[in-house]
Amino acid sequence: MKRYLILEDGTVFAGEAFGADKECDGEVVFSTGMTGYQEAITDQSYANQILVFTNPLIGNYGVTLEDYESMQPHIRGVICREVAHHPCNWRMQDTLPNFLQQNGIPGLKGIDTRQLVRKLRQHGTLRGRLADSSDQAEQIAASLRKKNLTKDIISQVSTKTPFPNPGTKRNIVLIDFGFKNSILQELARRDCNVIVMPYDTTAEQILNLKPDGVLLSNGPGDPKDMAAAFPMVREVEKHLPLFGICMGHQVFALANGADTYKMKFGHRGFNHPVRDIATGRIDFTSQNHGYAVDPKSIDPDKLMVTRVEINDGTVEGLQHRHYPAFSVQFHPDAAPGPHDAVSIFDDFMTIVDQRRKEESNA
Amino acid sequence: MPKRTDIHKIMVIGSGPIIIGQAAEFDYSGTQACLALREEGYETVLVNSNPATIMTDTEIADKVYIEPLTTESVSRIIRQEYPDAILPTLGGQIGLNLAVSLSKTGILDELGIELLGTKLDSIDEAEDREKFKELMLKLGEPVPPSKTVSTVDDAVAFAEKIGYPVIVRPAFTMGGTGGGMCNNRAELERIAANGLDLSPETQCLIEKSIAGYKEIEFEVMRDASDNAMIVCCMENFDPVGIHTGDSIVFSPSQTLSDREYQMLRDCALKLIRALKIEGGCNVQLALDPNSYHYDVIEVNPRVSRSSALASKATGYPIARMAAKIAVGLNLDEIKNPVTGTTYAEFEPALDYVVCKIPRWPFDKFTHANRRLGSQMKATGEVMAIGRSAEEALQKAVRSLEIDDKDLFSPKAHAASDEDLEAKLVHPQDDRLFYLAEAFRRGYSLDNVHELTKITPYFLDIVQHLVKMEGQLENAPQNLALLKTAKRYGFSDYTIARLWKTTADSVRHLRKEHGIVPVYKTVDTCAAEFDSQTPYMYSSYDAENESTQLSDKSVLVIGSGPIRIGQGVEFDYATVHSVRAIQRMGYKAIVINSNPETVSTDFTISDKLYFEPLTLEDVLNVVDQEHPLGVIVQFGGQTAINLAAGLKEHGVKILGTTVHDLNLAEDREEFDEIIKRLDLRQPVGLTASDHQGVIDAAHKIGFPVLVRPSYVLGGKAMEIVYNDAELEDYLKQNTNVDAGGHPILIDSYLDGTECEVDAICDGKRVLLPGIMEHIEHAGVHSGDSMAVYPSQTFDDQIKQQIVDATKKLAIALRCVGIMNIQFIVSKGQVYVLEVNPRASRTVPFLSKITGIEMAQVATRVILGESLEEQGYPDGLAPEPKQVYVKAPVFSFNKLSDVDSYLGPEMKSTGEVMGSDRTFPKALIKAFAGARMQVPDNGTVLLTIEDNDKEKILPLAQRFANIGYRLMATAGTAAFLKQHQLHVTTVTKVHEDEGQADNILQTIKDGKVDLVINTMGHDIAQTSDGFIIRQIAISHNVPLLTALDTVRALLTALENRSFSTLPVDTGRHS
Repeated sequence: MKRYLILEDGTVFAGEAFGADKECDGEVVFSTGMTGYQEAITDQSYANQILVFTNPLIGNYGVTLEDYESMQPHIRGVICREVAHHPCNWRMQDTLPNFLQQNGIPGLKGIDTRQLVRKLRQHGTLRGRLADSSDQAEQIAASLRKKNLTKDIISQVSTKTPFPNPGTKRNIVLIDFGFKNSILQELARRDCNVIVMPYDTTAEQILNLKPDGVLLSNGPGDPKDMAAAFPMVREVEKHLPLFGICMGHQVFALANGADTYKMKFGHRGFNHPVRDIATGRIDFTSQNHGYAVDPKSIDPDKLMVTRVEINDGTVEGLQHRHYPAFSVQFHPDAAPGPHDAVSIFDDFMTIVDQRRKEESNA
Repeated sequence: MPKRTDIHKIMVIGSGPIIIGQAAEFDYSGTQACLALREEGYETVLVNSNPATIMTDTEIADKVYIEPLTTESVSRIIRQEYPDAILPTLGGQIGLNLAVSLSKTGILDELGIELLGTKLDSIDEAEDREKFKELMLKLGEPVPPSKTVSTVDDAVAFAEKIGYPVIVRPAFTMGGTGGGMCNNRAELERIAANGLDLSPETQCLIEKSIAGYKEIEFEVMRDASDNAMIVCCMENFDPVGIHTGDSIVFSPSQTLSDREYQMLRDCALKLIRALKIEGGCNVQLALDPNSYHYDVIEVNPRVSRSSALASKATGYPIARMAAKIAVGLNLDEIKNPVTGTTYAEFEPALDYVVCKIPRWPFDKFTHANRRLGSQMKATGEVMAIGRSAEEALQKAVRSLEIDDKDLFSPKAHAASDEDLEAKLVHPQDDRLFYLAEAFRRGYSLDNVHELTKITPYFLDIVQHLVKMEGQLENAPQNLALLKTAKRYGFSDYTIARLWKTTADSVRHLRKEHGIVPVYKTVDTCAAEFDSQTPYMYSSYDAENESTQLSDKSVLVIGSGPIRIGQGVEFDYATVHSVRAIQRMGYKAIVINSNPETVSTDFTISDKLYFEPLTLEDVLNVVDQEHPLGVIVQFGGQTAINLAAGLKEHGVKILGTTVHDLNLAEDREEFDEIIKRLDLRQPVGLTASDHQGVIDAAHKIGFPVLVRPSYVLGGKAMEIVYNDAELEDYLKQNTNVDAGGHPILIDSYLDGTECEVDAICDGKRVLLPGIMEHIEHAGVHSGDSMAVYPSQTFDDQIKQQIVDATKKLAIALRCVGIMNIQFIVSKGQVYVLEVNPRASRTVPFLSKITGIEMAQVATRVILGESLEEQGYPDGLAPEPKQVYVKAPVFSFNKLSDVDSYLGPEMKSTGEVMGSDRTFPKALIKAFAGARMQVPDNGTVLLTIEDNDKEKILPLAQRFANIGYRLMATAGTAAFLKQHQLHVTTVTKVHEDEGQADNILQTIKDGKVDLVINTMGHDIAQTSDGFIIRQIAISHNVPLLTALDTVRALLTALENRSFSTLPVDTGRHS
């Protein structure tokens, strides 16, 4: 079956449909990762987006329950050059096209994805529609131009009620802006008793639970839409160790007076080298963000930049000057992507444990 | 860390001659390293014995030494140059081993010379099997359990401990002979007993079998600040069990989930950090297809063939970065030369699929054992890039330049089901074609997987293509299908075959409907960053990123994969042609399919098309670039063979016209020209029956050279002196009488062969030099030793050669370069053959004479006359120095290949030795060729009866320099008659296993040199063949031509002192 990608600038790509048989609108973004399509597709940070894989071939090893990053993917659509004819892997439980169909996600294959990526690189992220026909391309493009695709997006993906992920050692509150399972897994690996709470949880609600630390998760969309969370962060950081990842990092920055901006086409992939300024160590990091913290906006009395992307200088890590609070723009939890920076979770645990010790001594 | 300022002069060690397992990739890495060091402002001194390389160009390093890569010779250079440091990790295993032995001699400590890059103890830790195992244990990284045993009992005990199946690998046997997989105790007892028997050391390694695991390779880089990264991950099509150099390889990994990939990536980074490698290394891992379990296979602590492939596959120049790391720079201080904007600390992202297929020498070595295993047998490789695995695979297949142009092999098609299955189970070089055939016959994917253990994902690629074949066959002229087929890499040729039409009509139909390829850029970053890399590949996709480079561009066709007869020499010529084009103000575009070479480094040309060298693919590039013309004279036979087709499609061939190129190759026209020019050539006739051969021999006059028109290898060519010998020959080659292949009878001229390369602009003819062959006719020119300047030709002979060359060049209307082989007999010069293209000797002579022949010829081709270039007509002045070329062979990698030299070329590489005198140059050439013969020792003479008279003076000379002679009864008796002291050994099948058995003496290391002229013994069971095999497998130098023996004696005599009693004048 034919399927088309219509972009807001009127460009049409004609290819073949796979996955769910439906149309969708989304922000068209690309990822350069060469593995991990399932983790990417189930990453809620891709909510309302149509994801283009630069790797020409996906679906090679099928999908498996273990690799879900969220059980309800909010990605709008998937675009690739080729879908593997004969996926195989010992862990495979289903094929990618079946998975997409069951989750109501349409796919488009057979287009020149490199051409599309070059277009996105040059023009920046564009809105697009996966459509069954290209007849109304102009009208569709015009309607896309008017669309706001990121509004209230986090409220759609975030949990409505708190729930626990039991553990025995430390009590961590995970604020869900659209978290990835791998964050939970990393916390579980470190014996954390995690309470996942909605994005609009207040400082009071958190402090009443008397946790040992708070983790601000990743999530989709514009961090400035999370203005309601800023006072929560400002209050919590005074009392508890706080760690922000991706959206959590941006919210942490905004709460502490810095500004964020929308990047031209973002960082999506796993080969972004990030330098830890203190040690000089460089890690390859898994990234998925369309917004970034403006380094010029940082108040040096409140925050310091701890990590940068070595090629474009993007702010990749922040540390509060006065409180045990810090954040990273990338995903130390990887999945998909390299494990180089996973020890940041240990750093968080160290701070948490230190505070626990101080508390018990007090 | 910024680059080091405490060192100024750096010596780079090359990898020596091309052998199997060590090919052009080290010319590429060495060249890159030298250029990188120069770019950083260091003075570079390069040592390599291989003249056929770009790296030994004076433009690459400040000082170039083409000298043997022996401790002695390199020490000599060190004592002259006093380098501050040596960079040994870019010259393959040879370079690395040399660094280790130099360090052991103490010279590095004495002169305060530092080894750059990875430290020696790290190298040792990676390469020493036991130390490596220990390290893995310490790191908690798994390795397959293994143990070296000397008895069957020990083997069984160990196997019972680790569990079956196990692999038996006999120590030091050729090509892993005698080893094998054992599934139970009975099999192990049998195979281990046999393996121990075959092993010269009576040792076998018993290893837990991981055959069937996925084989995954990582190219990893690390700098001194411990930054580490993956450049490229490659997945072998063939599961563990086949040497990675003999495996079909894809990149990026095709079947790994992110969890698996990251797990293996972590391991690779852990290993490079633990080994403290500074530069690049290769990590090979085996992954269980049914669990997360993996094993570490090995780590190569240096750049390798895989790193050359990875560099071309990703665009990331590993060797160049490794050299910069070696002088202290960190990855985050070096700019990524591809993007120019990002840093070298960057893991490339690919948005295409790369397929590598090895190129094996079995088209030349038809009798060789083609089974693939732990010993690499390929001489070269091709790489292809596509936007799907299918496309990459099909492009790679047609890049191979073998008889099969696609997945349909008539031979596989004709095989019985039983044979077919055997070919699937026991992998050979041609397994891919049998896989396709199996699917064509309806074998299920599961069934084929059972037989081959190849991942179903890969098998499906083949199956998918076979299915498409069927669809195409059933729907001729179907445009939709045509479009799909092109997307999956089908060639016009294949579609035409299936549609029963011509490739041209498919091409026409395609172009008529706009089904043409577009070109995409290799940019290391999947288009995430802007990059201007002029490195393109074709695909049937939508957006064309390539725009015409210039209206003044010239397309140079490369020489494809390295194979016997077409080696790195042609890449050298290609690169030089590019330089000349650029220097004349044109833009140079290269098309080539070989990832190992310098010519496919995208910084060499103005634009690189990494494409198969077929007419279709070249025409597509021509359609894209509209070059002024195409140069075909430097890419060996590959490029020449494309000339006619290109011309038919209206493409301008620059230089000698296609019509004139054909003149040299058309037997009749050529004879006509020879006659017209009043030149001589050996008389030749053809006969197809017994009497015909005899009549022809009489007509020509004895001695004659007889050979079947279809050479099956071995000594099918023979010189016969009389009717009796001719009858003998015909008796042995009975297929003549059976009306098989016709026999060629040529007049045999007993003389000296020589060759010239001539550059002609239509008026003047420049001969940079005459190379005299050391061996007589019968040995292929590529396998002959050669010397320049000639040691035996007088001025009159030289003048005859010059005159003949001039006449031929003008008559053949050569514009550019050509090569002529002559034979000089009794003061007369005869023309043997003419090749209207650059030959193997171009780099050798260019380096010696200083006349950059490929560049001069390219300038001529582009219209600048020799006069304008300042070159005179005729022979260039000869130097005082003497230069000897010696061939190098890879027989110890290939079992069942006859090492007897004959008319079929067998060498894989060459070295040069030069010095003030011929004997000294010979000494160096033999040393460079690793023909390591002691000053005195034992020579074993196994001589054909006809050669007994000829061997006498040579035996005498051996005796004079203190060599012990050893021979079988007949030869021994003959030599004893002539008062020589000879030890008699028994024949191959006499007293087997006894100390005085001929084979046992070789096995026991009692022999330093074997001379074997038993050329009639081509059967694998014959004594002559067995003796040669044993010598090769025990690394005992072997010579099969008496001329080479003579040259070796000259060298040895000049290395030793003569010992004669005082002449009393008493003998009458």
